[in-house]
Amino acid sequence: MTVMTDDSIPVTPRAIHDEMIAFAIMTVLLAIVPLTGIYPFFVMQALCFALLACAFNLLIGYGGLLSFGHAMFLGTGGYVAAHALKVWGFPPELGILAGTAAAAVLGIITGFVAIRRQGIYFAMITLALSQLLYFIYLQTPFTHGEDGIQGIPQGYLFGFLNLSNATILYYVVLAVFLFGFLVIFRTINSPFGEVLKAIRENEPRAISLGYKTDQYKFIAFILSGTLAGLAGALKVFVAQNASLTDVEVDMSGLIVLMTLVGGLGTVFGPVVGAFIIVGMQQYLSGLGQWVTVIQGTVFVVCVLTFRRGIIGEIAHYLRRSL
Amino acid sequence: MQALYAQLLVGLINGSFYALLSLGLAVIFGMLNIINFAHGALYMMGAFVAYFLLNLLNIGYWPALIIAPIVVGIFGMILERTMLQWLAGLDHLYGLLLTFGLALIIQGVFQNFFGSSGLPYSIPDELKGGTNLGFMYLPIYRAWVVVFSLVVCLLTWFLIERTRLGANLRAATENPTLVRAFGINVPRMITLTYGLGVGLAALAGVLSAPINQVRPLMGANVIIVVFAVVVIGGMGSIMGSIITGFALGVIEGLTKYFYPEASNTVVFVLMVLVLLVKPTGLTGRAA
Repeated sequence: MTVMTDDSIPVTPRAIHDEMIAFAIMTVLLAIVPLTGIYPFFVMQALCFALLACAFNLLIGYGGLLSFGHAMFLGTGGYVAAHALKVWGFPPELGILAGTAAAAVLGIITGFVAIRRQGIYFAMITLALSQLLYFIYLQTPFTHGEDGIQGIPQGYLFGFLNLSNATILYYVVLAVFLFGFLVIFRTINSPFGEVLKAIRENEPRAISLGYKTDQYKFIAFILSGTLAGLAGALKVFVAQNASLTDVEVDMSGLIVLMTLVGGLGTVFGPVVGAFIIVGMQQYLSGLGQWVTVIQGTVFVVCVLTFRRGIIGEIAHYLRRSL
Repeated sequence: MQALYAQLLVGLINGSFYALLSLGLAVIFGMLNIINFAHGALYMMGAFVAYFLLNLLNIGYWPALIIAPIVVGIFGMILERTMLQWLAGLDHLYGLLLTFGLALIIQGVFQNFFGSSGLPYSIPDELKGGTNLGFMYLPIYRAWVVVFSLVVCLLTWFLIERTRLGANLRAATENPTLVRAFGINVPRMITLTYGLGVGLAALAGVLSAPINQVRPLMGANVIIVVFAVVVIGGMGSIMGSIITGFALGVIEGLTKYFYPEASNTVVFVLMVLVLLVKPTGLTGRAA
């Protein structure tokens, strides 16, 4: 895990200060979106993916664990929330909670298996687990196979916030995103986060210092999966459907791509990456399969020439931690 | 019983492909420290090269069996020279990400030109038909695929474990700097190794063309199963890859007969079980 972290900047009070300022700027920018006339659906979708990418980044950027199966949490959160809302008639807040809890349970089960191997094997195992889940969702009746769960009622959050109003929905999505983002931000700046970074840098040494590294990785995996599930549950309100595309391998790849473009192991990189990739998909959607080719090319170019990602490069240039 | 034997045969055939593909992955991982995510896409290219040879140049199955792996192998060596070699010394993960990107590009380009439906590739005349073994009907082509794959796997094992070239290769895997000091051109050996691994994938593609048709996404799902096979078997041993590949194919075939609903997932479930019982994989060494 040495190369990814060259020039890594120690977390000092000043670094956290920089991050706080950046956080404030991001929050203000996102808060004024409805006033600017930008299509809110696009931003909401990007925010869901941003939360997802941040959750993924918690594992790879701070724990050194590349999960190639994070779509399984997105899909599980989405399917369970959608089912709870539509079939069980749950109110929105309980629907989100149900989806998130389901992803947490999935995180416990899959994490128990996946953390048994490191590095490249971890990536292959998470990929295989998500494919296993894909086939399960393909065959179980409640997901409605290829059709997915459609026409999900948005309802009233806490009984009075009408989520079918685009502006209200936007601010709810933004609030949930900021909540998830702050959970991750707090985690990486906590003693727990420091131990996680130590494991990424040198696991044998962390073990020799007495840390039970498997437990740390396990908890990080569950946390990451839970937040990815939250993103999936949130996305149900925006897209009003839950379908197999959210569980596919391509989706897991997309999550990796967002984080890579923005900057692995940077606080804000996944957010920027998510906006770029979602935007790219939106504007290039007329090109059909060429979008896949372009995504592949972005992957190749990033890995060969641009491994720090956008925010990583900016942070490196400014000698700051972002 | 007929159906059981038929599924067993299908399992053996899939097992042949798993063995050829996981063998290639293991060989490449040994030398380049890269998990080749593009393996499935290159497997697909093997089938497409055979298809082009037949339909554009009227070159049949038998020459294609040799030409396609060479063409795809050269393509792979170009990829290695132009891109993969720059990742030497970096974290393993970058190799996975780069080859994933390459897989997206290759599969995307083929999908643009050929859609998602299958193109037919007929069985060569010499291998058409079948024989009745009394307890089952055995299509000759399918028997040929199993036997030929087994022979190729064993030859690869022999090449790596029993020849001087293989000894150099294994030495370079352990300590490339020292092997270079002995005057062996290690970078060239790495390129050739990648070509060999990729060639094996392409060969599997040609073999599968008459059975599974030629489709741009034919390798996209196979590669994930092969990853699970590799996790189960471990990449430490060549023979381990071969045996695990065939064994899992057979288990998958048996599942198709006894409990078809689980046939897609059985390999992944087995992977979970193996990880719970013996996390290092069946053939041992920790990674």
